Amino acid sequence: MRTLSLPEAVALIPDGASLMIGGFMGVGTPEIIVDELVRQGKHDLTVIGNDTAMPGVGIGKLVRARLVKKAIVSHIGTNPETQAQMIAGEMEVDLVPQGTLIERIRAGGFGLGGILTATGLGTLVGEGKQKVAIAGKEYLVEPALRADFALVNAFMADYLGNLAYALTGRNFNPVIAMAADTVIVAADNVVPVGLISPDHVITPAPLVDYLIAQS
Amino acid sequence: MDPQTVIAKRIALELQDGTLVNLGIGIPTRVANYVPAGIKVYFQSENGLIGTGAVPEEGMHHRLLTDAGGKPVTALPGACVFDSAMSFGLIRGGHLAMTVLGGLQVDQAGHLANWMIPGKMVPGMGGAMDLASGAKRVVIAMQHSAKGKSKVVKACTLPLTSVRPIDLLVTELAVIAFPGGRATLMETASGVSVQQVLDATDAELVVPDNVPEMAI
Repeated sequence: MRTLSLPEAVALIPDGASLMIGGFMGVGTPEIIVDELVRQGKHDLTVIGNDTAMPGVGIGKLVRARLVKKAIVSHIGTNPETQAQMIAGEMEVDLVPQGTLIERIRAGGFGLGGILTATGLGTLVGEGKQKVAIAGKEYLVEPALRADFALVNAFMADYLGNLAYALTGRNFNPVIAMAADTVIVAADNVVPVGLISPDHVITPAPLVDYLIAQS
Repeated sequence: MDPQTVIAKRIALELQDGTLVNLGIGIPTRVANYVPAGIKVYFQSENGLIGTGAVPEEGMHHRLLTDAGGKPVTALPGACVFDSAMSFGLIRGGHLAMTVLGGLQVDQAGHLANWMIPGKMVPGMGGAMDLASGAKRVVIAMQHSAKGKSKVVKACTLPLTSVRPIDLLVTELAVIAFPGGRATLMETASGVSVQQVLDATDAELVVPDNVPEMAI
């Protein structure tokens, strides 16, 4: 794990990169990284996350700045700007059931090729997809998802990069930390090693590539 | 009593002691206000919380403690938190005794449509498809009609949320179940006749000899 300043960390991300971003309606989203992506004008991004939050909040900041080429999310209903860009053909939106989305990401991080789920069978979500029957039950085959970068918000990081989360800020964060080539963490608090007890470490330090230095 | 209160109060009677229940946004959220005395229900919020409590007092909210709509909530003593993969494992894995969801249409075979209106409203399904497919019991809280048109239809014209039939539909007029895959009138609201329900319903309803009133 290396510590970088916020501008240095975001400079690692090229235009056109695929980003998994933690958060649920902006809660648990690394807002400082999102702000810096906007400041540096990183564009043509593929964003994978639960939702596009609200206009000007969380991933919604990237949408507002028109930096997102494609969003793979479960919900855009709270962000009319995402809907407008989708309808205008300026942004591609791939809507995925939330449980399928997170499990595809989990599969990507756990070395699995994909998942089998009954969710979406017989609906628009299942159209054109491979199906398999196991023990007489039918499932959709949903491929694993990975990304170039995971942008994680933790409540606490220790000096090694062990992470702990708080309350509902956890959501997608520990799962995306497994599923990207490079993991960048913005932690609300950076604490001495040992302060997060081994039982309470959710994301182990070796998964973290870069921790953004406190400013 | 306003229609939403009738629906929420009636669905609250379906809550079972010691079970895990997920409430959707809107009318379903209000079910939590009418938990019958003497029972303990664990409410899940799919963003990663069991033990969702009331809205916090002003000034006492925490930015990392929210419901599935991103709004501040409290956590009850004994609450626990987890990531989204665990949250949906609970939903799909047979651990969720009941989910209460809103609806745009329910048809006479018990199919639910509640996630999009093509060309008009494409919010995304969020967790609705997993909940409708995975929960042990699916209960729909829905007003019987919208703009004078019945939402209880012969066959859904809107895109389905799941092909797995729902278990119970509660509207401000009626309680409808689906034994044998056929919409069956189980109860009417106080002061509502069977004929009034039939007049307000596009679906074919099986009407048993005895249809009691909702005990709310």
